Amino acid sequence: MNDSKSLRSRIAKTVRNIPRSGIRDFFEIVSSREDVISLGIGEPDFVTPWHIREAAASALDRGATSYTSNMGLLSLRRGISRYVEKKTGIAYNPEDEVLVTVGVSEGLDLAIRALIEPGDEVLYHEPSYVSYNPLIALAYGRSVAVETKKENGFRLTRAGLEEKVTAKTKVLLLNYPNNPTGAALTQKDVEEIAAFAIERDLIVFTDEIYDELTYDRDHFSIISVPGMRERTIYLHGFSKAWAMTGFRMGFTCAPPELTEAMMKIHQYSMLCAPILSQEASIEALKHAEKDIALMKAEYKKRRNFIHASFEEMGIPCVRPEGAFYAFADISQFGMTAKEFALKLLDEQNVACVPGTAFGACGEGFIRCSYATSLEEIKEAMLRIARFIETL
Amino acid sequence: MNELLELLKQNALESPENLAKMLGTSAEEVKTRIAEYEKTGVIRAYQAVVNEEKLDASLVTTVIEVKVTPESEGGFNRIAERISRFPEVDSLFLMSGGFDLLLFIKGRTMHEAAGFVSEKLATMPGVTSTSTHFMMKTYKKNGILMQQGEDNERLKVSP
Repeated sequence: MNDSKSLRSRIAKTVRNIPRSGIRDFFEIVSSREDVISLGIGEPDFVTPWHIREAAASALDRGATSYTSNMGLLSLRRGISRYVEKKTGIAYNPEDEVLVTVGVSEGLDLAIRALIEPGDEVLYHEPSYVSYNPLIALAYGRSVAVETKKENGFRLTRAGLEEKVTAKTKVLLLNYPNNPTGAALTQKDVEEIAAFAIERDLIVFTDEIYDELTYDRDHFSIISVPGMRERTIYLHGFSKAWAMTGFRMGFTCAPPELTEAMMKIHQYSMLCAPILSQEASIEALKHAEKDIALMKAEYKKRRNFIHASFEEMGIPCVRPEGAFYAFADISQFGMTAKEFALKLLDEQNVACVPGTAFGACGEGFIRCSYATSLEEIKEAMLRIARFIETL
Repeated sequence: MNELLELLKQNALESPENLAKMLGTSAEEVKTRIAEYEKTGVIRAYQAVVNEEKLDASLVTTVIEVKVTPESEGGFNRIAERISRFPEVDSLFLMSGGFDLLLFIKGRTMHEAAGFVSEKLATMPGVTSTSTHFMMKTYKKNGILMQQGEDNERLKVSP
């Protein structure tokens, strides 16, 4: 009875139906090779700034090894509240509107599970981060993708939303600056989307993990639009701008009713975020402005370089405005994105992620992360140029 | 510090074409600006940052604190410029605090460095005292870590 077929049949149908991540497939191929230059990495190449690591180490020395309050350390929540207010002008009460989570991944899972009932529809834009669709499925919701187009700079438009909204739409999920396209929204774009959400009485989840990494103008958050604070769950975390991916620190800001609902799930499934990571994050909020500025300046140079290089090669690529990804259009070569990525890996040892890992409409694109050193990016661009000569 | 100079300080061998791509400007513009920096003396030289410990015949670096009597005209400048002309002197700075000049001397042996101090430096009019230290190990120089970086353990592909 314990043969693998019988075990597989006992796995919950929802889980069985979720496809493996395209990223994971690709990861296994890349991992089996030596000397690959990888533009496939979705995390900073910087190590967490020293003073933040030091804060975690010193907390460990002090014996900070206990649970914390379910919501997270109050001093951290106060810091988060000050940070968000400074960035967006919107104040959240650290007592009952800020929840510390294990990465934005957990925050998003909590938000979805707290609000979605079977059959509820969640509008989100594709190409998108890989976990949105599966997390919605795990909550028995229906994910409804709105395609964003290269021609529009991969920005979500009101017209796109109007096409897909139905009476069952409950939530709109946003992610700008965007992984994988590098797109960012202008204040006008955001205001149009906000007006749509208000008209349709939707709850908005906004994943703004990349907000600090907006290169050509200041990021504008949807919570700053009047009428949005009361219908939005704002998701953010320390992974990207602070280079703290391994600390797994995220947070949500939302009205007390929504925060309380997410807290219920969090307290039973996670109890609390790790205390050392919380201690490190307190330091991160206090003293990291200069570190962030330095890393951002470095990403910007790489963004300029990678974008100019693609243009020079004749590979169309929307100029990325945020995050650390370039989404290059390789459709002219008559291959699928996966074929292109595999052949590039095979012939030139450069790894990038096929756009289809981020939704079907990513066909014809590859995602190239510039969270890797300029030296590597330069070499990778030379290799890609050599590669396309042979096609 | 402007971005072009920052990039050149990191890698002076970077091509004008690549610098232009990073800065969002043209290669011509980069070349013009570099020529201007060279002409006005903002850029004084291009050098390799060498990890001498990797070489067989590594040089001994000596750090010398020097007290001098400033002159009524010209203060410290004349004596500092005089000392800086010795080829043994790698760097020389005027300091505040318990001494006046800080020298970095390169020599093949400690003996050679000691000879420079006793024969050339200490006997120079105006030098009132010297305090000599030998440098034991270099961890970082000109902003460059001498040990090759911490190995990054990132996954090769991640979402």
